[in-house]
Amino acid sequence: MSSTITTIEDDNTDVWGGGNKPLNSSYGKLMMWFFIVSDALTFSGFLAAYGFSRFKNIDSWPIADEVFTHFPFLHGVDAPMYYVALMTFVLIFSSVTMVLAVDAGHHMQKGRVAFYMLLTIIGGAIFVGSQAWEWGNFIRGEYGAVETKGGQIYQFQSSETGKRIALHDFAVEIPSERVQHESKNGVWYMGESTLPSYTTQEVISGFVANDDIVIKTEKIDENGHKIILSREESLNKITQAVSVVEGANLVNNEYGNRLFADFFFFITGFHGFHVLSGVVINIIIFFNVLVGTYERRGHYEMVEKVGLYWHFVDLVWVFVFTFFYLV
Amino acid sequence: MGNSTHKLEIFRGLVKFKSNQSKIWAVLFFLSVVTIIEVALGIVKPEVLIVNSFLSMKLINWIFIILTIVKAYYIMWDFMHMRDELRGLQASVIITLSFLIAYLAFILLVEGNYIFDVMYEGFVSWNF
Repeated sequence: MSSTITTIEDDNTDVWGGGNKPLNSSYGKLMMWFFIVSDALTFSGFLAAYGFSRFKNIDSWPIADEVFTHFPFLHGVDAPMYYVALMTFVLIFSSVTMVLAVDAGHHMQKGRVAFYMLLTIIGGAIFVGSQAWEWGNFIRGEYGAVETKGGQIYQFQSSETGKRIALHDFAVEIPSERVQHESKNGVWYMGESTLPSYTTQEVISGFVANDDIVIKTEKIDENGHKIILSREESLNKITQAVSVVEGANLVNNEYGNRLFADFFFFITGFHGFHVLSGVVINIIIFFNVLVGTYERRGHYEMVEKVGLYWHFVDLVWVFVFTFFYLV
Repeated sequence: MGNSTHKLEIFRGLVKFKSNQSKIWAVLFFLSVVTIIEVALGIVKPEVLIVNSFLSMKLINWIFIILTIVKAYYIMWDFMHMRDELRGLQASVIITLSFLIAYLAFILLVEGNYIFDVMYEGFVSWNF
């Protein structure tokens, strides 16, 4: 196993003196594997909890294809998952450049290590930026919905074209005096978040006035499609609406089950934080390569250890991609 | 510490590369193909794979999960150089993770399914 780099001279024959290498791996690499195993368990805890909540609400969970439909510079185009797929490619590619950097390190080629590290950093930065963009779209929302007292989300769509309809396309303006309650105007711990653009009454009136709008419920039929109500049922159900929801936050979201947005924020957020710290660590190592730290040390094992972490982040994304976006 | 020390064959020795770099590019190609298949299936959603299920999971989801594990294998074995490590290290990582994750997933999914049944068939209305 001479592909793994020797960091300690083998003259220390004392087993407990720190000289020997368990499993033929250096101390640093072994510790990185310990970290990776424990971190993998953290992520699987998140994903298993997601699976739990999804199985618990299996007949009403949001369909990822209908939530993530944006692609940069293509406004109004329904592009399910293309962007996430692109992000996956970016991350896999940055993994490849990392592995090439490690390979160049084995050959002690300083220039190539630095070059590939730089490409890896750029790839990671593109990925984090893309995730921020995804979050932005997710939080802003597109169509808006209403929520019932029981916490169900009703979305709206046209009964003729079957296309989703945004609140601002049909809600009527009713002059009203509702002001956002801010904590500075009352007890300091009581405030409220930004008011939605329309009141519930405005949405309901607009809904009643437009004959071609029907309600799209959270429930899924046996073919995996969301159940669409008839116009009569819709008119009946719309009266149950108690609040207007636009976009997503930790309390409610316009896409459906409240837990969906929570898991989206926690899982992709936790992963995005890993990518971000990976980029920061990569930058530190990149500068160390540039100033020749590892050249003087005689080996590039540090690049290999950072590489392990970076590949792990990629590995986790493969699973997040499958369980959050595909399945 | 040259290329000669890496194990250069993938697919159980079916393909053997001359250098570590060409192996890396080939693995990238393979991972990309798998990802493209996944995304294509996710967009097309063939009727056959959705209607039919195996062990109460849709065939398409089985395909997704198996392809994901295949991808994970190649990322770990070739990018993380697990292929070059000792069997002991491979086993301590893989057995620990696969046992604990399978156990956790099994317990939580069965429990989630049970709670769904209770809410679905119970007398209490959850939709008010």
